[in-house]
Amino acid sequence: MKTKVKEIYKTMEYGPAPEDASEAIQFLKKHNNKFNLFINGKWVTPSSGEYYDSINPSTKEKLAQISEANDADVNKAVAAAKKALPKWVSIGAHQRARYLYALARQIQKHSRLFSVLESLDNGKPIRETRDIDIPIVARHFYHHAGWAQLRDTQLKDYKELGVIGQIIPWNFPLMMLSWKIAPAIAMGNTIVLKPAEATSLTALLFAEICEQIGLPNGVVNIITGHGSTGAAIVNHKDVSKIAFTGSTEVGKIIRRATAGTGKKLSLELGGKSPFIVFEDADLDSVIEGIVDAIWFNQGQVCCAGSRLLVQESIAEKLYKKIRARMENLRIGNALDKSIDIGAIVDEAQLKVIKDLVQLGVDEGSTLNQPSWSCPKEGYFYPPTLFTDVSPSATIAQEEIFGPVLVAMSFRSHKEAVKLANNTRYGLACSIWTENINLALDIAPQIKAGVAWINCTNVFDAAAGFGGYRESGFGREGGKEGLMEYLKPRINDSFTDEPLPISINNSNSSISQSNPSLGIDRTTKMYIGGKQARPDGGYSTVINSAKGDYIGEVSKGNRKDIRNAVEAAHANNKWLNMTGHSRAQVLYYLAENLNIRKDEFAKRIVQMTNQNKSDALQEVDLSIERIYTYAALADKYDGHVHHTIHRNVTLAMPETLGVMGIICPDESPLLGFISTVIPAITMGNSVIVVPSEKLPFSATDFYQVLETSDVPAGTVNIVTGNKDELAQVLAKHDDVDAIWYFGNKEGCKDMEFLSADNMKRTWVNYGKYRNWLDKAQGEGLEFLKHASQIKNIWIPYGA
Amino acid sequence: MTNSDKKTKSYISTNHAVILHDRNEGIPFDANLFKDININRSAVERRASTLAKRRSVKKQWQAAWLLKAISCIDLTTLSGDDTQGNVLRLCAKAKSPVRLDVLKAMEMQDENIQVAAVCVYHNLIKDAVKGLKGSSIPIAAVSTGFPAGNIPLKEKIRQIEISVAAGAKEIDIVLSRNLVLNSNWKALYNEVSACRKACGDAHMKTILATGEIPTYTKVAKASWVCMMAGADFIKTSTGKEPVNATIPVSLVMIRTIREYHELTGYKVGFKPAGGISKAKQAVNWLVLIKEELGNDWLTPDLFRFGASSLLGDIERQLEHFVTGRYSASFRHPMA
Repeated sequence: MKTKVKEIYKTMEYGPAPEDASEAIQFLKKHNNKFNLFINGKWVTPSSGEYYDSINPSTKEKLAQISEANDADVNKAVAAAKKALPKWVSIGAHQRARYLYALARQIQKHSRLFSVLESLDNGKPIRETRDIDIPIVARHFYHHAGWAQLRDTQLKDYKELGVIGQIIPWNFPLMMLSWKIAPAIAMGNTIVLKPAEATSLTALLFAEICEQIGLPNGVVNIITGHGSTGAAIVNHKDVSKIAFTGSTEVGKIIRRATAGTGKKLSLELGGKSPFIVFEDADLDSVIEGIVDAIWFNQGQVCCAGSRLLVQESIAEKLYKKIRARMENLRIGNALDKSIDIGAIVDEAQLKVIKDLVQLGVDEGSTLNQPSWSCPKEGYFYPPTLFTDVSPSATIAQEEIFGPVLVAMSFRSHKEAVKLANNTRYGLACSIWTENINLALDIAPQIKAGVAWINCTNVFDAAAGFGGYRESGFGREGGKEGLMEYLKPRINDSFTDEPLPISINNSNSSISQSNPSLGIDRTTKMYIGGKQARPDGGYSTVINSAKGDYIGEVSKGNRKDIRNAVEAAHANNKWLNMTGHSRAQVLYYLAENLNIRKDEFAKRIVQMTNQNKSDALQEVDLSIERIYTYAALADKYDGHVHHTIHRNVTLAMPETLGVMGIICPDESPLLGFISTVIPAITMGNSVIVVPSEKLPFSATDFYQVLETSDVPAGTVNIVTGNKDELAQVLAKHDDVDAIWYFGNKEGCKDMEFLSADNMKRTWVNYGKYRNWLDKAQGEGLEFLKHASQIKNIWIPYGA
Repeated sequence: MTNSDKKTKSYISTNHAVILHDRNEGIPFDANLFKDININRSAVERRASTLAKRRSVKKQWQAAWLLKAISCIDLTTLSGDDTQGNVLRLCAKAKSPVRLDVLKAMEMQDENIQVAAVCVYHNLIKDAVKGLKGSSIPIAAVSTGFPAGNIPLKEKIRQIEISVAAGAKEIDIVLSRNLVLNSNWKALYNEVSACRKACGDAHMKTILATGEIPTYTKVAKASWVCMMAGADFIKTSTGKEPVNATIPVSLVMIRTIREYHELTGYKVGFKPAGGISKAKQAVNWLVLIKEELGNDWLTPDLFRFGASSLLGDIERQLEHFVTGRYSASFRHPMA
C-alpha cells in the first residue's frame, strides 16, 4: 500500500531509499552467476570442478557460484605470475605507471557498479561503499601509479621481490585488494590474490577491469577458494612474499608455515583498539567518532575503536549520549541509502558476535541496546554498548568484530595509557581531547601503528597503516608500505659462505705477550649495567682458532635471559633520551673504544688468528661504524604525509622496545658493533648473545659501555649456547623483536618461535654479509629494522 | 530547573491544531555553563558532510518533506528597494505558496499549506499587515539596526517597540558582534535580555551573524548566552554576511539547543538563513534537525528557514513529483 504524502507530512518519517542494483545483477548474469578463476588473463574452470555459493547477507539470497581453487590451480596461477614477471619488470617504471593509472581510471568509471556489487556481497551500507571504500580504492591506484613512475629514481637501491601471494579478508573486499595489488605491481612484482570466500565478487569484477585495460597476462591472477587455497599459496615454493590481512590466529599459522623459507611477510591482523576520551573533548563530536569507530561497517573493522576508555569525570554523561545516539541509528538492507548499519557478513560471524555478547552478559557487564529491533530477513545485529566492564572481562580482551563497544573509565592520564596498552594487540588508537599538548603526549605512548587524534578510521594511500604487537607487522600505504614489496639490491651480494680471513700462524706469541692475560680474568655477563655471574654457575672454555686455550665465558641460561629482559624493560632512560643525547653517548663509546684500540685488535687476533693489521682495520671500522650511527641518531626522520584530509599526518619512526640480538660469528667485534649499535641508536634496549665461538670482543666491550654513560639496561650481554639462548629470547613474550645472524636452521627457529607474540624478526636465512663492506654492514636498512612507523593523524581547524 | 518538557503556547496554527507551549523564559547568566565549550571544527565538518549522505528522502517522502519545508519558511524580503507593491505580492504568495492543482494531486489541498511567517524591514510592517489580513501568518520584522547592529542599545529597544506596536509578532534581532568578538558575554546577555523584554509577547529570534564569528567555539558560546537571555530562536545569519547559513555552523548551534533543553527543559528554535535556495538543501537541513534534535523540532514553532528564493525551487520539485516532468519557474506564480 502506498504511503500517502499527507501521512508522511505528519509523521516526518524516512521512506525506503533502495539503490538500483540492476547493473550489478546484469554483471552476475553475464557470468551465468557462476565464476571461474582468473589465471594468466583467462577465465579457467577450477581443476576441482567445485563451486560454492556467495550469499547476500542482507537477504540470505544466493548471488553466484564461486570456484574452489585447489593446489593444481594455485600451481597454474603461480606459474603464470612467474612467467609474466620478467616482461613486467623489463617494461620499466613508466609503462607500469600507465597500467596503474588505467586501472585507477577504469575503477572510477565503474565506481557505482563496484559499490553496489560490494554492498550486495558483503552487506555493508551503500553509503560506505559509495563514499568510502571505492573512492579509497581508486585513490590507492592513482597514488601507486605515481610510485610506479618513481620507482627507478626514488627507490633505485631496491628491486622487486618476484611473485607475491596475497590473501585478503571479507570486511573491505575491494579496498583490501587495492591495498595489496597496487603497491605490489607498482614495484614490479606479479601477484596471485585470493579474496575471502564470502566476498569474492568485486575481486572478480576487478579481474574484468584488468582484461579491459589490457594488463599483460599473468601480472594479476585472481583465484577464489577457502582456507586450503590460501594455504597452497602460502606454501608454494615460487612465491617470494605473502601479504595477509585477517585474523591473528591465521597470521600466526602463516608465520610458522613460512618460517625459514626466506619469504617476506606482511601481516595485518586483529585489534582491540582503544578509543580514549579525555574530559576536555568535544563530546558531541566524540559521539560521532564512536559511530565511525564501532558502527562503521558493522564494527567488522580490524582497527575498530572497540574499547572505549573514558575519563571518569565525564563517563556517565558520555554513556547517556551514546545510548541516545544508538537509538537514532538506522539498520537495514545494505542497498538502502538511508541506513547507518548494514548486515553482518554471514551466519558464522553473527554467531561469534552473539556468543561473545552473551558471554559479556554472563560475566556481569551491563548490556545497552536500542529499543528497536533488527530486520528479520538477513544477518543483522544491533549497535551495542557494554558498560560496567572490567579489563579482565572476555569482551574487553577478545576481538568481537561486530558492532559491540565495551566501555571502561580511567582516573588519570597515566591510567589511560596503561589501560590502552593492556592488550596483546596494537593496531590503532583514537585520542579525543581539545588539548594538543595532551594529544601529542599520549599518542607516542600508545602501542599502536596508527594514532587518530580527534578522528577515527581515516585512511589514505599516502599514509602507512599497520600494527604493533599481535596486530601484525608491515605497513600498507605510504612510502613505508612500498618497502613491503621491495628488497635492497645489495641483498644479492650476500654469500653462502663467510668471507675468508687471512690467517697468520706466527701470531701465537700475542696471547703470551699480553700482560693483562697474565692474571686470571673472569669474563662475566653484563645485565642491567652490572657485570653478572651466570645463574647456572657454569663456564665454557673458549679456544682460539688454532685450538689454544684463551679463557672461559659464562654459560648463560634461560634465567639470565629473563633477568636481562627485565633489566632492559627497567631502562626508560635511554628510550626517553633525544637523538642528540643518544648521539653524544655513541660518540663517547667510539672515543673510549679508540683508546683501547690495540687491546681490542689483539683480542681479535687471539680469537681468530688473523693478521694484526686486519684486526686493527676491524677495530677502526667498528669505531667508524659507531660514528655513522651517532651521526644518524638525530637524522633518521619521519615524514609528514600528503594525505587527502585537512590534517597533518606524521609518520614517526618509533622504538621497537626490547630486542634480542644474536650476533654473527664473523668479525667478532665488528659483527657485534654492526648489529648492536643501530638497534640502540633507535632507542631500543637490547639483549645481545655474542658469537658463541668468539665472544671476548663483546665481553671486553662492556667495560667500554660502563665508561661511556650508556644507561644501565641499554645493552645486556648474555654469553653461552647461541641457539639455546636465542630460542629463549624468541619464546619470550616480553621481547618485541629479534635479529638473528646464523645458520638456516636457527633462522627458521627464530621465525617459527616468534609467531606466538608476533615479534618482528630479521634473520639472514643462512646468508653472509661482508661486515667490512659499508654497503652491506651498515646503513638505513638496519635502522628500519630497529624501528616501526606510527602514523599520527592530526586534523586541524579553529 | 527541570528536565521535563514544558508545554508550548503557540500563536501559530498548524494543521488547524493549536499547540500550546511556554516560551523560553531564559535563565540567569552563568558563565560556568559554557566556559568549557571547545568545538572541534574538523569533527563537526566531518559529521556535517556525511549527514546528508546517510539519509535519502525520495518520492512521496520527498514531496511531504518539501511541503514541511514550506511550512517552515520565513518568506523574506530585505532589500533596499522594497515597496508596498512587492511586500503585498510576497504576502499573497505566503498565503498560497503552492499551486492548487499541485496540492490536489497530492491530496494536500485541505492541509492549510502556508509559510511560517513573512519577514520584512520594520517600516514595511504596515504593508504586510494589510497583505496578510485574514490569515494566521505572523509578521516577522528585522530590528536593532539590521544587519550590522551598530546602533546604541536604546535605539535598538525603540526599534523593537515600534515594530511590535506596528503589528510584528516576531522580532529578528542582530547581536552586537563586538561583544562576541571580545568575549564580553555578560554585556551580551544584558543586551539580549533587554531586547527580549522589549519584545513583550512577540517572539524573539537572535541573529548571531556566524559568518563574522571567528570560531565554532564562539558560535556555541554566543548561542548559549542568547538562550540564557531568553531567545525563542537562535538564527545563523542576516543573509548579508560573506558566509551565511552552513550545515556545520548549524550543527554547532543545534547541539547547544539540545544541551540547553536537557538542562532547562526549554525548547529553543533554530533558524538558518541566507543562501538556502534549493529544495535539496532544505531537505538536508530537515535531516540535520531530525537527526540531531528529533521530530519535535520539525515544526514551524521550532524551526524556520530564512529564505526568499527557496520556495520557487520547491514548487518546481513538487510539480515534478506530481507530473514526472521537470518544471520551469515561470509555471508558478511569482511572489
